[in-house]
Amino acid sequence: MDLLIVLTIFCYLASSAGYFAFLFLQRPPMHRGGYGFLLAGFCIHTAALLAGFWTSGHIPVTNLYETLSVAAWALVAAFLGLHYRYKLNVLGVYTAPLAVFILLVAYNLPKTSVARPELLKSMWLVAHIVTIFLGDAALALAAGAGILYLLQESTIKRKSRGFFFKRLPSLELLDNTGYACIVSGFTLLTVGLVTGIVYAKSVWGRFWSWDPKEVWSAITWLFYAILLHERLAVGWRGRRAAWMSIIGFGVMLFTFLGVNFLLKGHHGQFTNW
Amino acid sequence: MHEILLIGLNHKTAPVAVRECLAFNDEESVAATAALKRLDGVAEAVLISTCNRVEALLVSPQPETAIAATKAFLATHKQIALENFADHLYLHRGEAAVKHVFRVAASLDSLVVGEPQILGQMKAAYRTATTEKASGPILNRLLHRTFFVAKRIRTETGIGDHAVSISYAAIELARKIFGTLDEKQVLLIGAGEMAELAVEHLLRQRSGTIHVANRTFERAVELAGKYKGAALRIEEIPAALETVDIIISSTGAPGVVIERDQVKGVMRKRRNRPLFFIDIAVPRDIDPAINRLNNAYVYDIDDLKGVVDENIEDRQREAIRAERMIDEAAIHFGRWLQSLEVVPTIVALRARFDGVAKLETEKALQGLEHLSDADRKAIARMTHAITQKLLHGPTRFLKSDGCQAESNRAAVIDITQKLFELDP
Repeated sequence: MDLLIVLTIFCYLASSAGYFAFLFLQRPPMHRGGYGFLLAGFCIHTAALLAGFWTSGHIPVTNLYETLSVAAWALVAAFLGLHYRYKLNVLGVYTAPLAVFILLVAYNLPKTSVARPELLKSMWLVAHIVTIFLGDAALALAAGAGILYLLQESTIKRKSRGFFFKRLPSLELLDNTGYACIVSGFTLLTVGLVTGIVYAKSVWGRFWSWDPKEVWSAITWLFYAILLHERLAVGWRGRRAAWMSIIGFGVMLFTFLGVNFLLKGHHGQFTNW
Repeated sequence: MHEILLIGLNHKTAPVAVRECLAFNDEESVAATAALKRLDGVAEAVLISTCNRVEALLVSPQPETAIAATKAFLATHKQIALENFADHLYLHRGEAAVKHVFRVAASLDSLVVGEPQILGQMKAAYRTATTEKASGPILNRLLHRTFFVAKRIRTETGIGDHAVSISYAAIELARKIFGTLDEKQVLLIGAGEMAELAVEHLLRQRSGTIHVANRTFERAVELAGKYKGAALRIEEIPAALETVDIIISSTGAPGVVIERDQVKGVMRKRRNRPLFFIDIAVPRDIDPAINRLNNAYVYDIDDLKGVVDENIEDRQREAIRAERMIDEAAIHFGRWLQSLEVVPTIVALRARFDGVAKLETEKALQGLEHLSDADRKAIARMTHAITQKLLHGPTRFLKSDGCQAESNRAAVIDITQKLFELDP
């Protein structure tokens, strides 16, 4: 399992190199190579997670190391899914290094389980974790698309062009990609919250317990709900939508990690080390 | 010895007054190509004539005769005294001529470096030469290499990337904003050559309706008819801002035609769909402050000129890489040309026959262990004699006067190489 994770990190590193080479030199084989390595890494990563599942008998999220590994896996899964629909190769420059970064941080953490495994044996929990992680990953990609949008928008506005103008796609494509990421991320987040609530009822006997994690999840959900509503109702798009998707990502990150470190709550054990 | 020659003039060496006197239109080119081929000392000929260049590409066994004949041909065919254009002519020979053809096709020698039309024009010229049977084995090979090199340069360097005209630069920007221009509504205010060129580019990208507004409504109706669009009165512009996506303005109005507050007012109704203003007018028609509004982009004539200048610089940088590819290709071609000499061909032919004979004899002898050394030597002598006898005829033919006559030597050698699969 350790070896598989090291292999995964190397694949993601190679993928990052491919995407960066493409960013600078703009030769199609480079982004194809980046994609190939990402896909290979993803398969190995999936195998590593399944192996963890197999040996322990439950979903491997019993400490910060495992949780971050699943987060990186979800990020790559979301990117591969997005790649299927939108040909936004340049987003690989954001995804692959981010996955490497998360895995490297995770790899240097202790690997002893902290969470009580008996909590992890419900199918509701597996559904909760997988949907929440994929949703968060999609929202992370939305923030990436938002960053690219802001870069491209400022080159066009300032009429300076230069490095990014020819390397980044049209504003329309970046905006649409960000929107698609938010819609799918929000949907997954909703499903994840519902399954989480159902699971809470089965374990603690109540749906909602005003735990800080629950409160912040609700805040994140509301934030994206407002963002989507404004887009549909009055056409929030472009620059403002890009900024909001980046801020939303910050809120999401706080809910994911900040709450566990700074506030107490019943999710803390998944990120202990 | 055949030599490749290129005689001609282009926009760099000759003013338009001279070029237009010597230019051949499509029908004239057909007759002229055939006539060039018949000139003294010319074995193969292709004639390239565009608005920026007239060039005769020749293969000649007697270069000096061919050069004089070609100059005289241009003078008599176009009825213009040789001294009127002789100073503008350039002459490239051998490898220099090969490189020049590669450079022309790759659009490195064009007025606008990287423009794509020249390759098509050269292909048409070559087609004419083949139908008139004016080209032969050397020029066929040269032009095929030329088209290959030009295509490679176009795909592997950025020489054709990015617009180098104002109107096209505007379209390129529009694509960076909207992605596709399909069904995007266009508003043309005023008229002018550059604005109309931009509209034509947009139509080619399958844009939506073209709305035309003009100070005089009659003119608007006339232009709208031309683009199958809709005519607007000047007062209707503010309302039109709600639906159109791209505004091209080119009026002679002294003040601004569209103000910031008008645009700010419609953005909500547009649900913040982007608006792109292309302001080609001097003085400017579009309030520059509009560029600071969210989802509105304004480019005036100077901004577009800046884009074009940058793109031209980019192309010149890419041209350096293209030159390197051309040098490589010219070396390869030179090697092939050398292989067309008689002696190397005979050597290669012998090597081929001997190789096959030796290989087959060895194979056969392996299964004949009982033979004595003397027997083996006799068999080897026999196979050698067979190849010698077989090669005698072809060798004599290749060395004969009929083949040495420069006119068809290249063709014979070319066929020999193909028949016996000799690698040049």
